[in-house]
Amino acid sequence: MKQITTPISDDVIRELKVGDAVALSGMMVTGRDTVHKWMIETFIKKTRAPQGDDLQVYEELKKILNGSIIYHCGPVVSGLDTKDYKFVAAGPTTSIREEPYQADVMKHFNIKGVIGKGGMGAKTLKGCEETPAVYFHAIGGAASYIAQTVTKVHGVFKLDFGLPEAIWVIEVKEFPVVVTMDSHGGSQHAVVEASSRKVLEDLLAR
Amino acid sequence: MRDLTNEILELIRRTSSSLPPDVEKRLRASIEKEEPGSPARGALETILKNIDLSREKSTPICQDTGTPIFYVHYPVGVSTIKLKEQIRSAMAEATKRSFMRPNAVDAIYDKNTGNNLGGDDFPYVHFEEVEGDDLTIELMLKGGGCENVGRQYSLPDNSVGAGRDLAGVRKVVLDAVQKAQGQGCAPGILGVAIGGDRGSSYIKSKEVLFSEMGTRNEDPQIAELEERLTSEANEMGIGPMGFGGKTTVLDTKIVGLSRLPASYFVSVSYMCWAYRRRKLTVKGEEIIYD
Repeated sequence: MKQITTPISDDVIRELKVGDAVALSGMMVTGRDTVHKWMIETFIKKTRAPQGDDLQVYEELKKILNGSIIYHCGPVVSGLDTKDYKFVAAGPTTSIREEPYQADVMKHFNIKGVIGKGGMGAKTLKGCEETPAVYFHAIGGAASYIAQTVTKVHGVFKLDFGLPEAIWVIEVKEFPVVVTMDSHGGSQHAVVEASSRKVLEDLLAR
Repeated sequence: MRDLTNEILELIRRTSSSLPPDVEKRLRASIEKEEPGSPARGALETILKNIDLSREKSTPICQDTGTPIFYVHYPVGVSTIKLKEQIRSAMAEATKRSFMRPNAVDAIYDKNTGNNLGGDDFPYVHFEEVEGDDLTIELMLKGGGCENVGRQYSLPDNSVGAGRDLAGVRKVVLDAVQKAQGQGCAPGILGVAIGGDRGSSYIKSKEVLFSEMGTRNEDPQIAELEERLTSEANEMGIGPMGFGGKTTVLDTKIVGLSRLPASYFVSVSYMCWAYRRRKLTVKGEEIIYD
């Protein structure tokens, strides 16, 4: 299993291929549906004017995300009363919902990796080639197990998006993932989709 | 009637953190079918480690603690108003204790209520009055990822050449599995309802998931279709997490409903491997958890 720590260089990303098992360490942030929509509308397409602490959070995120990872995750977090946050359960959420946004978000923030589950589509795959970046697949539902790799919660932005939708800044140690989309156009999801469609066609003809 | 808030809280804790033994057994058995060192096998190994860890630490198996679906069978004379209040206060307490993630989001104003209490619809509670003295409360937690890949077909469906018969049902169910890929957190369990209206059909396709793994429909031809669908779904090679592999579907359960002459719906509810369902029985003074 390859060991990789954030921030990640382009050279390290280019070496990764579909099927590689990787243990990730270092700082990363969670971000899912509300965050991606907010990033695109407020800072990338600028169809919505920044409000509240938007610009301040944006400046912080630019620093943290540069060379780092965005994790599609809506965790269960304890310590909400005391702000002594701890990740209790933190598996990946389905990534395909971020397909309209992901490539632009990756390029804008120079994100080197996206962690999620279920894989993503052609637009994100192209984004992986151009940025460059990779898609790391975590094991869906393995929430207690993955939470154990989260060694520290540095803080949270946009808690008003709701606990699962907020931006959690975390530090992880040896978070296990598999590369299923690389920066050379390889996608395990495209391969399995095509082969399973072929079998389905045979089954439907029976 | 006694207050059951604490017992319901314990039911929620168990459901969220301890996978039922029949599901775990199927997952363990499927490991041997996957190639050593393959991503599919690695996924199943991680899943099993997670099951043990969650049970040991009373932490959620999956961070998406899902839609809480309660089915309550109560004897004559029990107040469903009071039971619903107890279910709701147990749910808020379970959220505070991190057995549940706050999951109720107002769809119009986009606000998370923070305590898993939405309107009257969240958590979902179904009451049914029954003969006898026992009260049972069953809980299923169904995550959003697998809920999103559920599908409903109105037959005939020309896209897959499905007519209004069991052969057509087979075709659309296989289509639903292929379209789901790994996104419903495969290996999954299929709940299928044939007939009904759009609403009742979807509800029954979930209700059938309360039965144990391997429970077959009493009608032999439906039982055979259940077995066949599981085996043919696995031929597609989607595998755990969609990594490719032999284990895509662990079981299929089919229920038939009445339909209108004009309608022929087939609803497929996909349940993820984190198939969380537990039962609480109140027998006089005795409380039994399954």
